[in-house]
Amino acid sequence: MKASPAERFSSPLWRDRALAASAISEITRLAAEAASKTGGTVNFMEVCGTHTMAIAASGMRRLFPKELRMLSGPGCPVCVTSQGDIDRVLALAAVPGVIIATFGDMLKVKGSKGLDLGSARERGADIRVVYSPLDAVAMAAAEPSRQVVFIGVGFETTAPVIGGAVVRAKKLGLKNFSSTAFFKLVPPALELLLSDPENKIHGFMLPGHVSAIIGTAPYKFVAEKHRVPCVVTGFEPLDILSGISMLLKQVVSGKPLVEDEYFRAVRAEGNPAALKLMKEVFSVSAATWRAIGRVGNTGLEFSKAYASFDAVKRFKIEYREAPEPKGCLCGTILLGKALPPDCPLFGKACTPSNAVGPCMVSSEGACAAWFKYGG
Amino acid sequence: MPAVKKILLGHGSGGRLSRELVETVFLKSFSNPALLPLEDAAEVKIPGATLAFTTDSYVVTPVEFPGADIGRVAVCGTVNDLAVKGARPLALSAGFILEEGFPIDLLSRLAASMRRAADEAGVSIVTGDTKVVEKGKADGVFINTSGVGLIPAGRSLTSAAVRPGDFIIVSGNLAEHGVAVMNARHRLGLGGAIKSDAAPLNGLVEAALKVRGIRAMRDITRGGLATVLNEVSGACGLTAEVDEESVPVSAPTRNACALLGLDPMYVANEGKLVLFAAPEAAAEILKALRSHKYGKNARIAGRMLKEKKPQVRLRTSIGGSRIMLMLEGEQLPRIC
Repeated sequence: MKASPAERFSSPLWRDRALAASAISEITRLAAEAASKTGGTVNFMEVCGTHTMAIAASGMRRLFPKELRMLSGPGCPVCVTSQGDIDRVLALAAVPGVIIATFGDMLKVKGSKGLDLGSARERGADIRVVYSPLDAVAMAAAEPSRQVVFIGVGFETTAPVIGGAVVRAKKLGLKNFSSTAFFKLVPPALELLLSDPENKIHGFMLPGHVSAIIGTAPYKFVAEKHRVPCVVTGFEPLDILSGISMLLKQVVSGKPLVEDEYFRAVRAEGNPAALKLMKEVFSVSAATWRAIGRVGNTGLEFSKAYASFDAVKRFKIEYREAPEPKGCLCGTILLGKALPPDCPLFGKACTPSNAVGPCMVSSEGACAAWFKYGG
Repeated sequence: MPAVKKILLGHGSGGRLSRELVETVFLKSFSNPALLPLEDAAEVKIPGATLAFTTDSYVVTPVEFPGADIGRVAVCGTVNDLAVKGARPLALSAGFILEEGFPIDLLSRLAASMRRAADEAGVSIVTGDTKVVEKGKADGVFINTSGVGLIPAGRSLTSAAVRPGDFIIVSGNLAEHGVAVMNARHRLGLGGAIKSDAAPLNGLVEAALKVRGIRAMRDITRGGLATVLNEVSGACGLTAEVDEESVPVSAPTRNACALLGLDPMYVANEGKLVLFAAPEAAAEILKALRSHKYGKNARIAGRMLKEKKPQVRLRTSIGGSRIMLMLEGEQLPRIC
């Protein structure tokens, strides 16, 4: 039988115990050497929530040497969405006659008044979970008397897919489809982290699927300007262990680079078709990040040609600053300055079924990973 | 944070919220010795015999999906709840709540499918009920089945009987039902490669019970293996440690789960058992399971251990380890 693309990407070899054991012993040796250069601890940040989950699900943290610390970064789509933007999503859900189409992750993120899309649904709002934004376009075509709003959040991984849905809606001439564009960009997020003089990040494990879209070049400034090692990494356990090894070798050699561990999916120039689509539908803009605030050139908004598909404009939903949930450390955790168990609410007032902050809600969230898998 | 006061979808997920609802609402009013073990079927003693009695309601969208339909699942689920108590099914009931406008053709197909599943299990549907509600007040068809079975003298299967050192045996590939339904519901385009595993398991159970040494059995349904192991661990006060590599999951299902961001340990099954076996009998039981068509992929997946703080633990494929909690709320697909 011919292997499916998924099987080729995810062969059992990527979870092989013997290979993992030899990778761990290499990591242990390198970490001791690297730690002597960094002053005791080597802190790497896995920028992406998919890595956070994969690390926790594989139970590899228990195999790490004591010198190595993996910190979660600002790469969980739901987690970095600002409280004010979540309030805007809830405001959209409250517009009479609107169907909200969303990825499941957004259902349980609470707005500043403690309500979420799930509770809006209980009060009668029409909220539908979809797997693809194209399903939302189909919904709009099938129900012409209703307005369908897709909740677009995420990074360079989701933006092209949602861009594709918007292009489809335009081709079909649909006047009842729109989307939010609460998109964030990964490379500027790293600039934000590194511009904090208190950061203690010795290397970035970069998300393979983002680089499948944008390539590796946009990260050059991290290695060249900030002198911080980068490795674009895949999501299988051995991808992650190899990524850590490569980062450690860069720390030891003192020569920061942008390396690609996930070369079976990533090309240096990225995916030109997706990039073109993104450029057509969206333009780079300021974005509001949880815990960081509004920063210029760190996100995407609809381009002029597609501005009429912007749900926020169509329904005139204003942005209001809203405070973080009280006591919640999500913001600090996203910046790599705390681990989930450091939060006083973790596992007590805040659990996945009664989450205070988005890091506990999202299936990509650091707190959810630590809670579910025990770190 | 105020306590959740309304019913959430997660209360029906079979995980921790379902358990809480049963404990805080139903046990408060219904509590009695037959109900209290909260197992798949209750034991009811009558002079000269012990009966197993169970009921279950079935709500699936869409009603037909690769490998099975709501009717087959409704019969198999109830037969399996009886079977894991060691009971031989005697009779089933079937109640239908139909939405106005539901196609009678489709209902006939579902009834025929129920008949086939019942024939396979060697049991008859001896009583039934039909209600129709206005359009919009239900989602097509809801089915309730109840079943009564006879537990042969001398048979006793209960989670509390599980001992340290017992082997955990899984009867076949996990997560197929949940992925098949999700594929059909959301038109994920995985084709028909992954089929629901819905099957009556009383034959498989009888084959396994010919070997002595089975302490307990559970059918692995909503909430998946992780949730069932948590329930058993709670009932017997032991740690359940399973080896990721030894838990049978087919490659297509594993890949589909990876794409969707689902953990196969939590995805629903409708034709799989987990058995807890005395160590000296495990090999023989495994052989008996594998000789039956619904147990061909059975594997020893782990062991029960005595520890200070009992937990459910997964030894991961790369040699790490992590805990497995009960399913929390609904399993939601991820963004990227």
